[in-house]
Parts: sequence; C-alpha cells; structure tokens
Amino acid sequence: MERNRGWGLTMSERKIRVLVAKPGLDGHDRGAKVVARALRDAGMEVIYTGLHQTPEQVAEAALQEDVDVVGLSILSGAHMTLVPRIKELLAGRQMADVPLMVGGIVPEEDAQKLLAEGYADAVFTPGDPLEKIIDWIKEKCRGE
Amino acid sequence: MQLVKELLEGNRRALARLISLVENGDPQKYDLLQELYPHTGNSYVIGITGAPGAGKSSLVDRLLKEMRRDGYSVGVIAVDPTSPFTGGAILGDRIRMQDHALDPGVFIRSMGTRGSLGGLSRATQEAIQVLDAFGQDFILVETVGVGQSEVDIVKTADSTVVVLTPAGGDSVQTMKAGIMEIADIFVINKADLPGAERTAAEVGVMLDMKEQYDWRPPVVSTVTLREEGIDKLWRSLQEHRSYLETSGKLHQLRKERVRRELTEQVEHLVKSRVWQQIRSRIPLEDLIEEIVQRRRDPYSAARDLLANIVFPHNDS
Repeated sequence: MERNRGWGLTMSERKIRVLVAKPGLDGHDRGAKVVARALRDAGMEVIYTGLHQTPEQVAEAALQEDVDVVGLSILSGAHMTLVPRIKELLAGRQMADVPLMVGGIVPEEDAQKLLAEGYADAVFTPGDPLEKIIDWIKEKCRGE
Repeated sequence: MQLVKELLEGNRRALARLISLVENGDPQKYDLLQELYPHTGNSYVIGITGAPGAGKSSLVDRLLKEMRRDGYSVGVIAVDPTSPFTGGAILGDRIRMQDHALDPGVFIRSMGTRGSLGGLSRATQEAIQVLDAFGQDFILVETVGVGQSEVDIVKTADSTVVVLTPAGGDSVQTMKAGIMEIADIFVINKADLPGAERTAAEVGVMLDMKEQYDWRPPVVSTVTLREEGIDKLWRSLQEHRSYLETSGKLHQLRKERVRRELTEQVEHLVKSRVWQQIRSRIPLEDLIEEIVQRRRDPYSAARDLLANIVFPHNDS
C-alpha cells in the first residue's frame, strides 16, 4: 500500500515483529535483553517472553503473536536439541517459513550444522555487532 | 475470504494473521471486519488499567486461571508503549502469562500503542472484534501503564478494573479526575505491603462522597503473588456483568460503542475520499511551497481544495 504519511490517509503500517525467547534452563538473559533493546531502537516490536521457556511455549507464542522472525537465546549448550525441536513445532503450526535466528554460545561446527540442516536461518555469537542482527532481520523481512 | 473461513473454523494461525492485518491497516481491513461482524457481539470485554508496575499482567494471569477453572475461553490483548522516537516497542506482558501459553482456551496477543495516547493501541477495538468472532467468551484488555488521564479503555470495555497499589499518594489523589472516575471495580494490589489498608480506606472515603449509586465500585484487595483476593475480584466482575445486563446498561453501553464506530467509519471514508480526489487533481507540493512563501495562506487554500470535491451517490 502506498505510504501517505501526513496526508490524512490511513496508511499501511507494517512493523517488524520479533519474538525474543529464552528456551531451556540457563538463567542468563542479559544478552537477550541487549538484543531486544537494540531491535526496539531499530523500530521493531519485540515480544519478550522471559526465561525458562519450553519449546512448545516458544512456538505457541510465535503463533499467537504472529511474528516475522523468531529469535532464540541459548547459553546452556542445549542448542542442538532445542533449535530443531522448536523449528519442528513451528512447522507444525504452518510457520515453517518464519526465519529463525539463534544467539548465544554456539560452537562454529554446531552453527554450520544447524544452518546446513535448515533448523536455523542465522546463528549469532558473542562479538557479532548488533547491526549485523538488525540488518539480517530487515533483509529477511523485505518485500513482504 | 479464506482467512475468515479458517478463523471461524477455529484456526489459531488464521486468528493471529487476521489481527496482524487489521493492526497493520491492510487495504482489505474493512472488508475483513465486515465479514467478521455478523459473528461478533458475544464476548464480554474486561479492561484492566493502572500505573506501570501495579501488577496488571500478573492480575490478568491469575484472573485467567479463575476463568479457565469455570470453563470460559479467554482472549487477552496486552498493550505496551511504542517509542515515539523510534517506533519500536518491547512487548513484555506475556512474561507473566506464559503459564497459559499452551492452553487451547486462551489466546494472548501483545500490541504496541503505535502512536495512540489513550492507553490502548490504535487497533485494540478491531483486534477485540477478531477475537470476538473467534468465539472467546471473555476478552481481557490490559492497557499500558497509565498515569491519570488515559481513559480510552472505558469506551472499549464492558467492565473496567482500576488497579492501585499502596503508597500511591495522599487522599487528594483519589479525588482527582480521570482514571479514578472510570473504575467499575477498584483493586488494591500488593495488599501485603504497608499502607494497603489506608489506600483501600481512602478509596472508600472517596466513594462515600457521592451519595447515590446504581453500582458502587467495590474495592478488592489482592496479593497476586500469593493468589489472594483473585476469587473475590472474579466474583465482583461477574456481579458487575449481571448488574449491567439486568439494568439494561450493557445494551446502552454497546449502543454508544456502535454510534462511535459508525461516526468514525463515516469520517474515515470521507477523509480518504477527499484526499483521493485532491491528490489526483492538484500538485500539492506546489501549493505547499506557495504557502511557505506566504503567497497563499492555508485557510483559504483548504477551502478552495474542498470546493470541488464530489461525492458520487452510488459508487463503491
């Protein structure tokens, strides 16, 4: 829809919605909060669900909130279990095509495997600049 | 339309998608709402409002438990503020409600205010209609954390709960206009903290200043952490509902809502049609430049623009 900001017309206000979730048992949410805050400042709506989420809770929140991107923060080392499980649950909710990004402590080898097998669409690790995440999300949501 | 059909069949993904479409102002928005409308009017809408950190989300969470125990399906719309600077938002009300995430009788949706200043988001009313058509018995609407004057919820909800906490100021605060006037039920949350009884008493004194009530707002003390007082709140809500129903007030309330919707809809259509015609005829940028240069003024220019607007009788 044509953008008509300021011309008294209703305009289509497409906003990028991102779920930032912490599945599993680790209690370190600083990273997730930093990312959530950065995405907010980039103009996105961030649905933050807090700590200790089960894969089912994450997938169901993604569905109810109709997010454009799912972001998982995992520092527990359980990513090879949690990520495929969540991807599977998303697929079972007609959300297989929703981009999924993982952030946290993920060894390079695991990251490659998650990407190669289609469980994750991006893996970000400590040291990656926040702009990289923002740009990736914007790229993924372009043209919708 | 396919999505509407799926929603009516109970598809939660379709429900979520439809809320997004109305929230994003999709070009098909009004066609969709029109199709949903015959299926609406059955949900009872409860508004929960109060200051930031008063415990609204936790209260919603506990209330959900009561309502589910009685077998009702519930939709939740939780509103958090959108940044006026970046347009972004952190929607964090779900954190307190995640115990209900997997309950098929509960559907929770977070919304950013997106520029609306009355405590709700611009599309709250429309999202309610979508949840209503989906068949939820109750819809809980949690406003943003409000100050004194964001009272849009009262236009939207059938019952409004105002959540206060102890030590919220002296007794004059309870007399001020705005939020203290819209409560059908007062909740004093965190009632285990010092000063809770005094706050409850002050609200009571404020209520006593008026002599006659058709419905005197009850003051309910709750401690959400220990799940105290929630049953009483749920009972008060049900009592308020039956008061509205038997007194005919509910019908009146809904009539006012429809009147407002109709007015807004007419204004919306007039506005978009007028701008359509203006834009198709006149290079507005030139006119604006002329006004900036002080060769024209905005007042006569606006009148001239409107002089040639035509409203055809029978187009779509």
